[in-house]
Amino acid sequence: MLATIAKRLVTVLPTLVGVVIVTFLLTRVLPGDPAVYFAGPAATPQSIAEIRKGLGLDRPLPEQFARYVNDLAHGNFGNSLSTGRPVATEITSRLPASAELTLLGLILSIVIAVPLGIFAAVKQGSWIDHLCRIVATAGVSLPVFFTGLLFVYIFYFKLGWSPAPIGRLDAFTTAPRNITGFYLIDSLLIGNFETFRSSLGQLILPATTLAVFSLAPIARMTRASMLSVLASEFVRTARASGLDSRTVIITYAFRNAMLPVVTTLGMVFSFLLGANVLVEKVFAWPGIGSYAVEALLQSDFAPVQGFVLTMAVLYVALNLLIDMLYGVIDPRVRLEA
Amino acid sequence: MTETSLTMTPAASAQPNPPVNLPPSNSVLRHARYVVEENPVTGLSFALFVIIALCALIGPYIVPYDPLASNTTATLQAPSLHHWFGTDQLGRDIFSRVVVATRLDFVIAIASVAMVFVLGGLAGISAGFFLGWTDRIVGRISDTIMAFPLFVLAMGIVAALGNTVTNIVIATAIINFPLYVRVARAEANVRREAGFVQAARLSGNGDFRILLMHILPNIMPIMMVQISLTMGYAILNAAGLSFIGLGVKPPTPEWGIMVAEGATNIISGEWWVAFFPGAALMIAVFCFNLLGDGLRDLVDPQRRT
Repeated sequence: MLATIAKRLVTVLPTLVGVVIVTFLLTRVLPGDPAVYFAGPAATPQSIAEIRKGLGLDRPLPEQFARYVNDLAHGNFGNSLSTGRPVATEITSRLPASAELTLLGLILSIVIAVPLGIFAAVKQGSWIDHLCRIVATAGVSLPVFFTGLLFVYIFYFKLGWSPAPIGRLDAFTTAPRNITGFYLIDSLLIGNFETFRSSLGQLILPATTLAVFSLAPIARMTRASMLSVLASEFVRTARASGLDSRTVIITYAFRNAMLPVVTTLGMVFSFLLGANVLVEKVFAWPGIGSYAVEALLQSDFAPVQGFVLTMAVLYVALNLLIDMLYGVIDPRVRLEA
Repeated sequence: MTETSLTMTPAASAQPNPPVNLPPSNSVLRHARYVVEENPVTGLSFALFVIIALCALIGPYIVPYDPLASNTTATLQAPSLHHWFGTDQLGRDIFSRVVVATRLDFVIAIASVAMVFVLGGLAGISAGFFLGWTDRIVGRISDTIMAFPLFVLAMGIVAALGNTVTNIVIATAIINFPLYVRVARAEANVRREAGFVQAARLSGNGDFRILLMHILPNIMPIMMVQISLTMGYAILNAAGLSFIGLGVKPPTPEWGIMVAEGATNIISGEWWVAFFPGAALMIAVFCFNLLGDGLRDLVDPQRRT
């Protein structure tokens, strides 16, 4: 197993190199003067020249790249222009908020989509199958920011069930002591149920918005792969041997059907991490997405660059994790490696 | 797309002479009618597509109000007979703005899809046909693009290139590049040693001529399906970028930015400001997704689910 992981880690390296090169190129080679970007809109020619020197932009490109990689290796993502704070600290402090939201959204969507897909496949042609098809087609067509706003209107303005979309906690609740950075877990750990409730209340709408968005591919894939597994011979044999349908579906079919679904998770993460930015903007969520959007609008490029790099590295890591999960679920993958 | 190319399924086009008994146009129509009857949803999506295309073409000439004209005496009015979709905080008629915005959203999507079709399609068929270094380089480029969460990469590209509509088009094209490469590469690779390619080579055609005159026309149907499948995603992506404030500048009517403008009104109960542009966006994307599925059924019956 360790050898498999090591082997897989090696294949990730070229991808990571590609990611670093692209984020570097985004600022250096493309048209326009990066010093002007970094200097911001209200810069004088003198300050631009100073920044150019300070950033080492008067040096040849390979040297700049080496410097960039060296900075990254020391955890230096540069400083934000508008706040003056280092991008790396800002991103680390905001990452848990984004991660908590994205993970809860993903869990919600798996909890709904997988059973939905299974039922749709088992009872093909029934109302639940049609529901699954509608959800799958509508889910990919709904702009995530639009769903979010609809939810705010219905559940905050009309029904008053959910709190105002102002961030991770209500105005009168204080944040729990920072242990994991996830408010839900931290508040439970210190036994502060009021904070837990407030944080869950704030989380539920944005997480559901993300879940609705990512439901579609998971449900569709679960249904399709469940259908093909149910039609296979070992399921027929299991049925013929007199096993009850519960055992056949859950023990025999489900585990085999999960493989393609786990593979789809890679694509789902690509969508989720992107959709996260939009959802954070709708719900004023203090995560790295809204940080990047604010910086983008002020032409403050260092945070955007740091954000793109962080997201890409996260995404590569998630894909690696999915590959390993694949090995856990399917012994054949382990044997081949 | 020529009509004859539509009749060829990939299996049939691998052989040089598909047996065509009927005049081609007739058989296309018949096949199209069959697919529509089989799946009325495709017919519905085609009707929707015609409406959207009409809005994009003649929208600005038929709307009742000037989409940019503000009217301070009629701000934030609920939908009524005068203003079907209500008015926004500047008193502009939302119905007119939604209809006029169709053209911009449509043009952004079409331009980006056309761009990625040319770049990704050519890169993909070259990779699948020449293999070797071409294949490795093209593959490496798509892998690197796929290593990013796509929307995040689009944000980074627009930030780097500059905050304009053109750059939204470019960014949307770039993030779709790997999809087109994958399809074009696979299709070209299958036909690499096909009989008609060998025949063309024997008659003295060069590699590039074979690629452009023989292989490209044969994979057009599949690429058309790819286009309609990615149109919806292109619109969503462009609207998402303008929702966070990139590309389109405020007074311009565009669905994404209109939803963003209406976002503040949602909390105070004026739902219509954000709802109608958002619904238009949703319907357009829905229409393209259905159309893509329908077109795939038409071109490639084996992949029907």
